Amino acid sequence: MKNNTRQIFSTFAGVLGVACLSLLISCAGHQQSAVDPAGPQSGRIDTLWWSFFWLLGAIFVIVMVLTLMTLGRRHRGFEQEPLEATHKPSEETDSRLRRIIAGATVTTVVILFVLIVASVGTGKANSELQNKKNPLTIQVTGNQWWWQLEYMNSDPTKILVTANEMHIPVGRPVQIRGISNDVIHSFWVPNLNGKRDLIPSHVTTQWMEADHPGVFRGQCAEFCGLQHAHMAIWVIAEPEDKFDAWMRAQLQPAAGPSTPELQRGRQVFMNNACVYCHEIQGTTAAGQNGPDLTHFGSRRGIAANTVPNTAGNLAGWILDPQSLKPGNHMATIALNSTDLQPLVEYLESLK
Amino acid sequence: MRTGAMGICVMCLLLLAACQREKRDIRPSPTRLAIYGDAAKEDALRPGGPISPQPVVNNPYNGSAYDISEGQRLFNWYNCSGCHANGGGGIGPPLIKQHWTYGGEPANLFDTIVKGRPNGMPAWGGRIPEYQVWQIIAFIRSMNGEQPRSATASRQDSIETNPQNIVNRVRGKTK
Repeated sequence: MKNNTRQIFSTFAGVLGVACLSLLISCAGHQQSAVDPAGPQSGRIDTLWWSFFWLLGAIFVIVMVLTLMTLGRRHRGFEQEPLEATHKPSEETDSRLRRIIAGATVTTVVILFVLIVASVGTGKANSELQNKKNPLTIQVTGNQWWWQLEYMNSDPTKILVTANEMHIPVGRPVQIRGISNDVIHSFWVPNLNGKRDLIPSHVTTQWMEADHPGVFRGQCAEFCGLQHAHMAIWVIAEPEDKFDAWMRAQLQPAAGPSTPELQRGRQVFMNNACVYCHEIQGTTAAGQNGPDLTHFGSRRGIAANTVPNTAGNLAGWILDPQSLKPGNHMATIALNSTDLQPLVEYLESLK
Repeated sequence: MRTGAMGICVMCLLLLAACQREKRDIRPSPTRLAIYGDAAKEDALRPGGPISPQPVVNNPYNGSAYDISEGQRLFNWYNCSGCHANGGGGIGPPLIKQHWTYGGEPANLFDTIVKGRPNGMPAWGGRIPEYQVWQIIAFIRSMNGEQPRSATASRQDSIETNPQNIVNRVRGKTK
Protein backbone atom coordinates (compact mmCIF):
# COMPACT_ATOMS: atom_id res chain seq x y z
CA MET A 1 0.00 0.00 0.00
CA LYS A 2 2.67 2.40 1.12
CA ASN A 3 4.88 1.43 -1.82
CA ASN A 4 2.00 2.06 -4.21
CA THR A 5 1.47 5.60 -2.94
CA ARG A 6 5.13 6.32 -3.22
CA GLN A 7 5.23 4.99 -6.78
CA ILE A 8 2.23 7.12 -7.83
CA PHE A 9 3.82 10.22 -6.28
CA SER A 10 7.17 9.76 -7.95
CA THR A 11 5.65 8.91 -11.34
CA PHE A 12 3.46 12.00 -11.16
CA ALA A 13 6.37 14.25 -10.20
CA GLY A 14 8.52 12.78 -12.97
CA VAL A 15 5.87 13.29 -15.64
CA LEU A 16 5.28 16.87 -14.47
CA GLY A 17 9.00 17.66 -14.55
CA VAL A 18 9.51 16.22 -18.03
CA ALA A 19 6.43 18.09 -19.33
CA CYS A 20 7.69 21.42 -17.94
CA LEU A 21 11.17 20.92 -19.35
CA SER A 22 9.95 19.93 -22.80
CA LEU A 23 7.65 22.97 -22.82
CA LEU A 24 10.64 25.21 -22.12
CA ILE A 25 12.97 23.51 -24.59
CA SER A 26 10.32 23.77 -27.33
CA CYS A 27 10.48 27.56 -26.90
CA ALA A 28 14.01 27.70 -28.26
CA GLY A 29 14.44 28.80 -31.87
CA HIS A 30 11.17 30.68 -31.90
CA GLN A 31 10.49 34.20 -33.09
CA GLN A 32 8.85 35.29 -29.86
CA SER A 33 10.59 33.75 -26.89
CA ALA A 34 12.44 35.11 -23.89
CA VAL A 35 14.54 31.94 -23.57
CA ASP A 36 15.93 32.23 -27.10
CA PRO A 37 18.05 35.36 -26.68
CA ALA A 38 19.27 37.31 -29.70
CA GLY A 39 21.21 40.04 -27.93
CA PRO A 40 23.17 40.90 -24.78
CA GLN A 41 20.12 42.27 -22.93
CA SER A 42 17.92 39.24 -23.51
CA GLY A 43 20.98 37.04 -22.90
CA ARG A 44 21.21 38.43 -19.37
CA ILE A 45 17.51 37.92 -18.83
CA ASP A 46 17.86 34.36 -20.12
CA THR A 47 20.74 33.60 -17.72
CA LEU A 48 18.78 35.05 -14.81
CA TRP A 49 15.71 33.05 -15.78
CA TRP A 50 17.56 29.73 -15.94
CA SER A 51 19.46 30.35 -12.69
CA PHE A 52 16.14 31.04 -10.99
CA PHE A 53 14.71 27.94 -12.62
CA TRP A 54 17.50 25.55 -11.50
CA LEU A 55 17.88 27.00 -8.00
CA LEU A 56 14.18 27.14 -7.21
CA GLY A 57 13.63 23.81 -8.98
CA ALA A 58 16.25 22.21 -6.74
CA ILE A 59 14.59 23.67 -3.65
CA PHE A 60 11.23 22.40 -4.86
CA VAL A 61 12.63 18.88 -5.36
CA ILE A 62 14.31 18.87 -1.94
CA VAL A 63 11.12 20.02 -0.19
CA MET A 64 9.06 17.43 -2.04
CA VAL A 65 11.49 14.61 -1.21
CA LEU A 66 11.48 15.59 2.47
CA THR A 67 7.68 15.72 2.44
CA LEU A 68 7.44 12.27 0.85
CA MET A 69 9.96 10.95 3.41
CA THR A 70 7.82 12.16 6.29
CA LEU A 71 4.80 10.48 4.70
CA GLY A 72 6.64 7.19 4.52
CA ARG A 73 8.18 7.43 7.97
CA ARG A 74 7.07 5.18 10.83
CA HIS A 75 4.94 7.16 13.19
CA ARG A 76 3.88 6.63 16.77
CA GLY A 77 0.63 5.00 15.60
CA PHE A 78 -2.15 3.49 17.70
CA GLU A 79 0.01 0.84 19.31
CA GLN A 80 1.87 3.37 21.39
CA GLU A 81 0.54 5.58 24.10
CA PRO A 82 0.20 9.26 23.13
CA LEU A 83 2.75 11.59 24.64
CA GLU A 84 1.84 13.25 27.86
CA ALA A 85 1.09 16.98 27.67
CA THR A 86 3.82 17.50 30.18
CA HIS A 87 6.33 15.57 28.06
CA LYS A 88 9.58 17.45 27.46
CA PRO A 89 12.04 16.53 24.69
CA SER A 90 15.50 15.63 25.78
CA GLU A 91 18.22 18.27 25.73
CA GLU A 92 19.79 16.61 22.69
CA THR A 93 16.55 16.60 20.63
CA ASP A 94 15.83 20.17 21.61
CA SER A 95 19.16 21.57 20.47
CA ARG A 96 18.95 19.51 17.24
CA LEU A 97 15.59 21.06 16.42
CA ARG A 98 16.94 24.52 17.14
CA ARG A 99 19.91 23.97 14.86
CA ILE A 100 17.72 22.71 12.02
CA ILE A 101 15.27 25.61 12.22
CA ALA A 102 18.00 28.24 12.54
CA GLY A 103 19.91 26.69 9.62
CA ALA A 104 16.82 26.61 7.38
CA THR A 105 16.00 30.24 8.17
CA VAL A 106 19.53 31.43 7.47
CA THR A 107 19.67 29.43 4.22
CA THR A 108 16.32 30.90 3.06
CA VAL A 109 17.44 34.45 3.79
CA VAL A 110 20.77 33.91 2.02
CA ILE A 111 19.08 32.37 -1.05
CA LEU A 112 16.54 35.20 -1.28
CA PHE A 113 19.33 37.74 -0.93
CA VAL A 114 21.33 36.10 -3.72
CA LEU A 115 18.23 36.14 -5.95
CA ILE A 116 17.59 39.82 -5.23
CA VAL A 117 21.18 40.74 -6.04
CA ALA A 118 21.05 38.74 -9.29
CA SER A 119 17.72 40.27 -10.32
CA VAL A 120 18.65 43.88 -9.52
CA GLY A 121 22.05 43.40 -11.15
CA THR A 122 20.45 42.15 -14.36
CA GLY A 123 18.00 45.04 -14.42
CA LYS A 124 20.78 47.54 -13.85
CA ALA A 125 23.01 46.01 -16.51
CA ASN A 126 20.13 46.05 -18.98
CA SER A 127 19.22 49.67 -18.35
CA GLU A 128 22.78 50.80 -19.00
CA LEU A 129 24.58 49.91 -22.17
CA GLN A 130 28.32 49.34 -22.24
CA ASN A 131 28.54 49.74 -26.00
CA LYS A 132 27.08 53.17 -26.68
CA LYS A 133 28.99 54.06 -29.83
CA ASN A 134 26.94 55.14 -32.83
CA PRO A 135 23.52 54.26 -31.43
CA LEU A 136 20.37 54.23 -33.55
CA THR A 137 17.43 56.01 -31.92
CA ILE A 138 13.92 54.91 -32.79
CA GLN A 139 10.86 56.58 -31.34
CA VAL A 140 8.09 54.04 -30.83
CA THR A 141 4.62 55.53 -30.41
CA GLY A 142 1.85 53.26 -29.16
CA ASN A 143 -1.57 53.81 -30.74
CA GLN A 144 -4.82 51.92 -30.44
CA TRP A 145 -3.86 49.41 -31.97
CA TRP A 146 -0.66 49.78 -33.94
CA TRP A 147 2.93 51.00 -33.58
CA GLN A 148 4.37 54.11 -35.16
CA LEU A 149 8.14 54.07 -35.66
CA GLU A 150 10.24 57.16 -36.18
CA TYR A 151 13.94 56.70 -36.98
CA MET A 152 15.58 59.77 -35.48
CA ASN A 153 18.31 61.63 -37.32
CA SER A 154 20.01 64.97 -36.79
CA ASP A 155 19.27 65.64 -40.47
CA PRO A 156 15.50 66.21 -40.66
CA THR A 157 15.35 64.99 -44.27
CA LYS A 158 16.56 61.60 -43.07
CA ILE A 159 13.91 61.04 -40.40
CA LEU A 160 12.01 57.96 -41.42
CA VAL A 161 8.40 57.38 -40.34
CA THR A 162 6.95 53.93 -40.74
CA ALA A 163 4.73 51.51 -38.84
CA ASN A 164 4.51 48.01 -37.41
CA GLU A 165 7.78 46.73 -38.88
CA MET A 166 11.13 47.68 -37.37
CA HIS A 167 14.41 47.01 -39.13
CA ILE A 168 17.57 47.20 -37.01
CA PRO A 169 21.23 46.67 -37.90
CA VAL A 170 23.02 43.74 -36.26
CA GLY A 171 25.67 44.69 -33.70
CA ARG A 172 24.60 48.31 -33.34
CA PRO A 173 22.93 49.50 -30.14
CA VAL A 174 19.36 50.68 -30.59
CA GLN A 175 17.73 53.15 -28.24
CA ILE A 176 13.95 52.85 -28.08
CA ARG A 177 12.21 56.07 -27.05
CA GLY A 178 8.72 55.02 -26.07
CA ILE A 179 5.66 57.25 -25.95
CA SER A 180 1.92 56.76 -26.37
CA ASN A 181 -0.81 58.65 -28.17
CA ASP A 182 -3.76 57.40 -26.16
CA VAL A 183 -3.54 54.82 -23.37
CA ILE A 184 -0.64 52.94 -21.76
CA HIS A 185 0.87 50.31 -24.06
CA SER A 186 3.90 48.13 -23.47
CA PHE A 187 6.61 47.41 -26.01
CA TRP A 188 7.93 43.87 -25.71
CA VAL A 189 10.17 41.98 -28.09
CA PRO A 190 11.12 38.99 -25.89
CA ASN A 191 14.09 37.87 -28.01
CA LEU A 192 15.77 41.27 -27.56
CA ASN A 193 14.84 42.70 -24.17
CA GLY A 194 12.17 42.85 -21.48
CA LYS A 195 9.03 44.98 -21.47
CA ARG A 196 8.93 48.75 -21.43
CA ASP A 197 5.70 50.66 -20.95
CA LEU A 198 4.72 53.39 -23.42
CA ILE A 199 3.02 56.13 -21.43
CA PRO A 200 1.14 59.21 -22.72
CA SER A 201 3.15 62.43 -22.26
CA HIS A 202 6.12 60.64 -20.75
CA VAL A 203 9.14 59.29 -22.60
CA THR A 204 10.54 55.94 -21.50
CA THR A 205 13.76 54.50 -22.90
CA GLN A 206 15.07 51.04 -23.52
CA TRP A 207 18.25 49.72 -25.10
CA MET A 208 18.48 46.70 -27.31
CA GLU A 209 21.01 45.14 -29.61
CA ALA A 210 20.80 42.12 -31.91
CA ASP A 211 23.93 39.99 -32.13
CA HIS A 212 22.75 37.89 -35.07
CA PRO A 213 20.33 38.44 -37.97
CA GLY A 214 16.80 37.23 -37.50
CA VAL A 215 13.11 38.04 -37.51
CA PHE A 216 11.55 38.56 -34.10
CA ARG A 217 7.96 39.17 -33.13
CA GLY A 218 6.89 41.67 -30.51
CA GLN A 219 3.53 42.19 -28.94
CA CYS A 220 1.82 44.84 -26.82
CA ALA A 221 2.13 43.63 -23.24
CA GLU A 222 -0.20 46.02 -21.44
CA PHE A 223 -3.94 45.64 -21.94
CA CYS A 224 -4.93 48.63 -24.05
CA GLY A 225 -8.49 48.03 -25.24
CA LEU A 226 -10.51 45.86 -27.58
CA GLN A 227 -7.73 44.92 -30.01
CA HIS A 228 -4.82 44.63 -27.58
CA ALA A 229 -4.25 41.06 -28.76
CA HIS A 230 -3.88 42.18 -32.38
CA MET A 231 -1.13 44.72 -31.79
CA ALA A 232 1.99 43.03 -33.03
CA ILE A 233 5.30 44.25 -34.40
CA TRP A 234 8.03 42.54 -36.44
CA VAL A 235 11.63 43.36 -35.65
CA ILE A 236 13.97 42.42 -38.47
CA ALA A 237 17.66 42.37 -37.54
CA GLU A 238 19.86 42.45 -40.61
CA PRO A 239 23.52 43.16 -41.47
CA GLU A 240 24.51 46.82 -41.59
CA ASP A 241 24.72 47.04 -45.42
CA LYS A 242 21.28 45.45 -45.88
CA PHE A 243 19.85 47.79 -43.25
CA ASP A 244 21.36 50.83 -44.99
CA ALA A 245 19.85 49.73 -48.30
CA TRP A 246 16.46 49.33 -46.62
CA MET A 247 16.76 52.75 -45.02
CA ARG A 248 17.66 54.40 -48.34
CA ALA A 249 14.68 52.79 -50.08
CA GLN A 250 12.28 53.74 -47.27
CA LEU A 251 13.40 57.37 -47.31
CA GLN A 252 12.32 57.72 -50.94
CA PRO A 253 8.87 59.19 -51.60
CA ALA A 254 6.25 56.76 -52.81
CA ALA A 255 6.57 55.47 -56.35
CA GLY A 256 4.28 57.26 -58.79
CA PRO A 257 1.59 55.18 -60.48
CA SER A 258 3.04 53.67 -63.65
CA THR A 259 -0.15 52.33 -65.27
CA PRO A 260 -3.64 53.82 -65.77
CA GLU A 261 -4.99 51.20 -63.34
CA LEU A 262 -2.58 52.34 -60.59
CA GLN A 263 -3.37 55.95 -61.40
CA ARG A 264 -7.05 55.18 -60.88
CA GLY A 265 -6.15 53.50 -57.58
CA ARG A 266 -4.37 56.60 -56.35
CA GLN A 267 -7.37 58.72 -57.36
CA VAL A 268 -9.70 56.45 -55.33
CA PHE A 269 -7.39 56.81 -52.33
CA MET A 270 -7.32 60.61 -52.59
CA ASN A 271 -11.10 60.92 -53.05
CA ASN A 272 -12.12 58.84 -50.07
CA ALA A 273 -11.82 58.98 -46.30
CA CYS A 274 -8.42 57.17 -46.58
CA VAL A 275 -6.69 60.46 -47.16
CA TYR A 276 -7.77 61.97 -43.82
CA CYS A 277 -5.87 59.46 -41.75
CA HIS A 278 -3.01 58.07 -43.85
CA GLU A 279 0.09 59.68 -45.24
CA ILE A 280 1.73 58.71 -48.53
CA GLN A 281 4.86 60.79 -48.96
CA GLY A 282 5.21 62.22 -52.42
CA THR A 283 1.45 62.73 -52.74
CA THR A 284 -1.02 65.16 -51.17
CA ALA A 285 -2.15 62.52 -48.65
CA ALA A 286 -0.82 63.74 -45.31
CA GLY A 287 -3.15 62.33 -42.65
CA GLN A 288 -1.51 61.64 -39.31
CA ASN A 289 -4.11 59.54 -37.50
CA GLY A 290 -3.30 56.16 -39.04
CA PRO A 291 -0.13 54.35 -40.14
CA ASP A 292 2.09 55.92 -42.81
CA LEU A 293 1.56 54.02 -46.07
CA THR A 294 4.46 55.41 -48.14
CA HIS A 295 6.05 51.95 -48.52
CA PHE A 296 3.08 49.87 -47.50
CA GLY A 297 3.71 47.19 -50.13
CA SER A 298 7.10 46.33 -48.62
CA ARG A 299 5.67 45.37 -45.23
CA ARG A 300 4.97 41.83 -44.08
CA GLY A 301 1.58 42.36 -42.46
CA ILE A 302 -1.48 44.57 -42.38
CA ALA A 303 -3.59 45.83 -39.47
CA ALA A 304 -0.58 45.75 -37.08
CA ASN A 305 0.41 42.31 -38.41
CA THR A 306 -2.98 40.76 -37.75
CA VAL A 307 -2.85 39.07 -41.18
CA PRO A 308 -0.12 38.73 -43.85
CA ASN A 309 0.07 41.48 -46.43
CA THR A 310 -1.63 39.97 -49.50
CA ALA A 311 -3.99 41.57 -52.01
CA GLY A 312 -6.87 39.38 -50.82
CA ASN A 313 -6.37 40.23 -47.14
CA LEU A 314 -6.01 43.90 -47.97
CA ALA A 315 -9.26 43.98 -49.98
CA GLY A 316 -11.11 42.30 -47.10
CA TRP A 317 -9.55 44.70 -44.59
CA ILE A 318 -10.51 47.82 -46.57
CA LEU A 319 -14.07 46.67 -47.24
CA ASP A 320 -14.89 45.54 -43.71
CA PRO A 321 -12.22 46.39 -41.15
CA GLN A 322 -14.59 45.64 -38.29
CA SER A 323 -14.83 41.96 -39.13
CA LEU A 324 -11.07 41.35 -39.02
CA LYS A 325 -10.34 43.55 -36.00
CA PRO A 326 -13.59 44.55 -34.26
CA GLY A 327 -13.49 47.95 -32.61
CA ASN A 328 -10.46 49.28 -34.50
CA HIS A 329 -10.45 52.91 -35.56
CA MET A 330 -10.34 52.52 -39.34
CA ALA A 331 -13.43 53.96 -41.00
CA THR A 332 -15.75 51.57 -42.80
CA ILE A 333 -16.41 53.10 -46.20
CA ALA A 334 -18.65 51.91 -49.00
CA LEU A 335 -16.49 51.22 -52.06
CA ASN A 336 -17.58 50.12 -55.52
CA SER A 337 -16.02 46.91 -56.75
CA THR A 338 -14.66 48.90 -59.69
CA ASP A 339 -12.83 51.15 -57.19
CA LEU A 340 -11.61 48.46 -54.83
CA GLN A 341 -9.42 46.56 -57.28
CA PRO A 342 -7.38 49.58 -58.45
CA LEU A 343 -7.04 50.80 -54.84
CA VAL A 344 -5.64 47.46 -53.67
CA GLU A 345 -3.28 47.30 -56.63
CA TYR A 346 -2.07 50.83 -55.98
CA LEU A 347 -1.37 50.18 -52.28
CA GLU A 348 0.43 46.92 -53.04
CA SER A 349 2.55 48.76 -55.62
CA LEU A 350 3.98 51.05 -52.90
CA LYS A 351 7.11 48.97 -52.40
CA MET B 1 -39.73 40.80 3.54
CA ARG B 2 -41.74 40.50 0.35
CA THR B 3 -41.47 44.23 -0.26
CA GLY B 4 -37.71 43.95 0.11
CA ALA B 5 -37.51 41.16 -2.49
CA MET B 6 -39.72 43.16 -4.85
CA GLY B 7 -37.49 46.16 -4.36
CA ILE B 8 -34.38 44.15 -5.22
CA CYS B 9 -36.09 42.76 -8.36
CA VAL B 10 -37.04 46.27 -9.49
CA MET B 11 -33.49 47.48 -8.88
CA CYS B 12 -32.08 44.61 -10.95
CA LEU B 13 -34.46 45.44 -13.81
CA LEU B 14 -33.40 49.09 -13.63
CA LEU B 15 -29.79 47.95 -13.73
CA LEU B 16 -30.50 46.06 -16.96
CA ALA B 17 -32.06 49.16 -18.47
CA ALA B 18 -28.73 50.92 -17.97
CA CYS B 19 -27.03 48.42 -20.31
CA GLN B 20 -28.24 50.48 -23.27
CA ARG B 21 -25.64 53.08 -22.37
CA GLU B 22 -22.78 50.69 -23.09
CA LYS B 23 -24.21 49.20 -26.28
CA ARG B 24 -21.56 49.16 -28.99
CA ASP B 25 -22.41 48.81 -32.64
CA ILE B 26 -18.78 48.58 -33.64
CA ARG B 27 -19.83 47.31 -37.04
CA PRO B 28 -21.92 50.08 -38.61
CA SER B 29 -25.03 49.00 -40.46
CA PRO B 30 -24.48 49.00 -44.25
CA THR B 31 -27.27 51.56 -44.62
CA ARG B 32 -25.15 54.01 -42.61
CA LEU B 33 -22.07 53.71 -44.78
CA ALA B 34 -23.48 55.82 -47.57
CA ILE B 35 -22.09 59.19 -48.38
CA TYR B 36 -25.17 61.29 -47.66
CA GLY B 37 -26.99 63.24 -50.34
CA ASP B 38 -29.20 66.31 -50.22
CA ALA B 39 -31.43 66.62 -47.19
CA ALA B 40 -31.68 70.38 -46.86
CA LYS B 41 -33.23 72.78 -49.30
CA GLU B 42 -30.77 75.29 -50.63
CA ASP B 43 -32.86 78.20 -49.31
CA ALA B 44 -31.99 77.01 -45.83
CA LEU B 45 -28.57 78.53 -46.32
CA ARG B 46 -29.45 81.95 -45.05
CA PRO B 47 -27.17 82.97 -42.25
CA GLY B 48 -28.99 84.24 -39.21
CA GLY B 49 -32.37 84.18 -40.94
CA PRO B 50 -35.27 81.95 -40.01
CA ILE B 51 -34.39 78.29 -40.31
CA SER B 52 -36.62 76.50 -42.77
CA PRO B 53 -38.27 73.54 -41.06
CA GLN B 54 -36.31 70.34 -41.26
CA PRO B 55 -37.71 66.84 -41.24
CA VAL B 56 -37.34 65.40 -37.75
CA VAL B 57 -34.37 63.07 -38.03
CA ASN B 58 -33.37 60.98 -35.08
CA ASN B 59 -29.70 60.49 -34.51
CA PRO B 60 -29.27 56.70 -34.36
CA TYR B 61 -26.53 57.15 -31.76
CA ASN B 62 -28.49 59.22 -29.24
CA GLY B 63 -27.64 58.18 -25.72
CA SER B 64 -24.86 55.78 -26.69
CA ALA B 65 -21.72 56.40 -24.63
CA TYR B 66 -19.52 54.54 -27.11
CA ASP B 67 -20.65 56.56 -30.13
CA ILE B 68 -20.39 59.87 -28.28
CA SER B 69 -16.80 59.06 -27.35
CA GLU B 70 -16.12 57.98 -30.94
CA GLY B 71 -17.53 61.35 -32.01
CA GLN B 72 -15.13 63.05 -29.64
CA ARG B 73 -12.19 61.16 -31.18
CA LEU B 74 -13.32 61.97 -34.74
CA PHE B 75 -13.83 65.63 -33.78
CA ASN B 76 -10.06 65.79 -33.37
CA TRP B 77 -9.11 63.30 -36.10
CA TYR B 78 -10.98 65.23 -38.77
CA ASN B 79 -9.66 68.46 -37.31
CA CYS B 80 -13.02 70.02 -36.40
CA SER B 81 -11.04 71.20 -33.37
CA GLY B 82 -8.76 73.12 -35.73
CA CYS B 83 -11.43 75.82 -36.16
CA HIS B 84 -13.96 75.18 -33.41
CA ALA B 85 -11.36 74.38 -30.72
CA ASN B 86 -12.81 72.20 -28.00
CA GLY B 87 -16.28 73.57 -28.71
CA GLY B 88 -15.46 77.08 -27.61
CA GLY B 89 -14.76 78.37 -31.11
CA GLY B 90 -11.75 80.13 -32.58
CA ILE B 91 -11.41 80.54 -36.31
CA GLY B 92 -14.91 79.06 -36.53
CA PRO B 93 -17.94 79.72 -34.35
CA PRO B 94 -18.36 78.08 -30.95
CA LEU B 95 -20.37 74.87 -30.77
CA ILE B 96 -21.58 75.32 -27.22
CA LYS B 97 -24.47 77.73 -27.60
CA GLN B 98 -28.23 78.14 -27.83
CA HIS B 99 -28.64 80.12 -31.05
CA TRP B 100 -27.28 78.32 -34.07
CA THR B 101 -26.72 80.24 -37.30
CA TYR B 102 -27.89 77.30 -39.39
CA GLY B 103 -29.99 75.46 -36.86
CA GLY B 104 -28.93 73.21 -34.00
CA GLU B 105 -31.23 70.23 -34.60
CA PRO B 106 -29.51 66.97 -35.62
CA ALA B 107 -30.77 67.34 -39.21
CA ASN B 108 -29.40 70.91 -39.42
CA LEU B 109 -26.04 69.84 -38.05
CA PHE B 110 -25.97 66.97 -40.51
CA ASP B 111 -26.49 69.34 -43.43
CA THR B 112 -23.93 71.77 -42.09
CA ILE B 113 -21.28 69.07 -41.89
CA VAL B 114 -22.15 67.31 -45.14
CA LYS B 115 -22.73 70.35 -47.32
CA GLY B 116 -20.56 72.97 -45.69
CA ARG B 117 -21.56 76.57 -44.99
CA PRO B 118 -20.40 79.91 -46.39
CA ASN B 119 -17.33 81.63 -44.98
CA GLY B 120 -15.21 78.65 -44.23
CA MET B 121 -17.08 75.51 -43.20
CA PRO B 122 -15.94 72.88 -45.71
CA ALA B 123 -18.32 70.31 -47.15
CA TRP B 124 -17.47 66.92 -45.72
CA GLY B 125 -20.05 65.11 -47.83
CA GLY B 126 -18.48 62.57 -50.13
CA ARG B 127 -15.63 62.15 -47.64
CA ILE B 128 -16.85 60.92 -44.28
CA PRO B 129 -19.21 57.95 -44.08
CA GLU B 130 -22.64 58.74 -42.69
CA TYR B 131 -22.26 56.87 -39.40
CA GLN B 132 -19.24 58.96 -38.47
CA VAL B 133 -21.14 62.19 -39.20
CA TRP B 134 -23.82 61.02 -36.78
CA GLN B 135 -21.21 60.16 -34.14
CA ILE B 136 -19.75 63.65 -34.42
CA ILE B 137 -23.25 65.15 -34.13
CA ALA B 138 -23.92 63.04 -31.04
CA PHE B 139 -20.74 64.47 -29.50
CA ILE B 140 -21.58 68.07 -30.46
CA ARG B 141 -25.04 67.68 -28.96
CA SER B 142 -23.50 66.24 -25.81
CA MET B 143 -21.40 69.39 -25.43
CA ASN B 144 -24.69 71.29 -25.28
CA GLY B 145 -26.21 69.01 -22.71
CA GLU B 146 -28.52 67.47 -25.31
CA GLN B 147 -27.45 63.93 -24.49
CA PRO B 148 -28.33 62.00 -21.35
CA ARG B 149 -25.89 62.78 -18.59
CA SER B 150 -25.29 59.05 -18.11
CA ALA B 151 -23.93 58.69 -21.65
CA THR B 152 -21.53 61.63 -21.74
CA ALA B 153 -17.96 61.35 -20.58
CA SER B 154 -17.28 62.68 -17.12
CA ARG B 155 -14.08 64.19 -18.46
CA GLN B 156 -12.86 65.11 -21.91
CA ASP B 157 -9.68 63.89 -23.58
CA SER B 158 -8.63 67.50 -24.06
CA ILE B 159 -7.80 69.93 -21.29
CA GLU B 160 -11.38 71.21 -21.19
CA THR B 161 -13.37 70.54 -18.07
CA ASN B 162 -16.71 68.80 -17.86
CA PRO B 163 -18.81 70.08 -20.81
CA GLN B 164 -21.99 69.86 -18.78
CA ASN B 165 -20.56 72.36 -16.35
CA ILE B 166 -19.76 74.73 -19.20
CA VAL B 167 -23.29 74.46 -20.55
CA ASN B 168 -24.68 75.17 -17.13
CA ARG B 169 -22.39 78.15 -16.80
CA VAL B 170 -23.36 79.46 -20.24
CA ARG B 171 -27.02 79.10 -19.40
CA GLY B 172 -26.53 80.71 -16.03
CA LYS B 173 -27.67 77.67 -14.11
CA THR B 174 -24.69 77.80 -11.81
CA LYS B 175 -22.56 80.61 -10.57
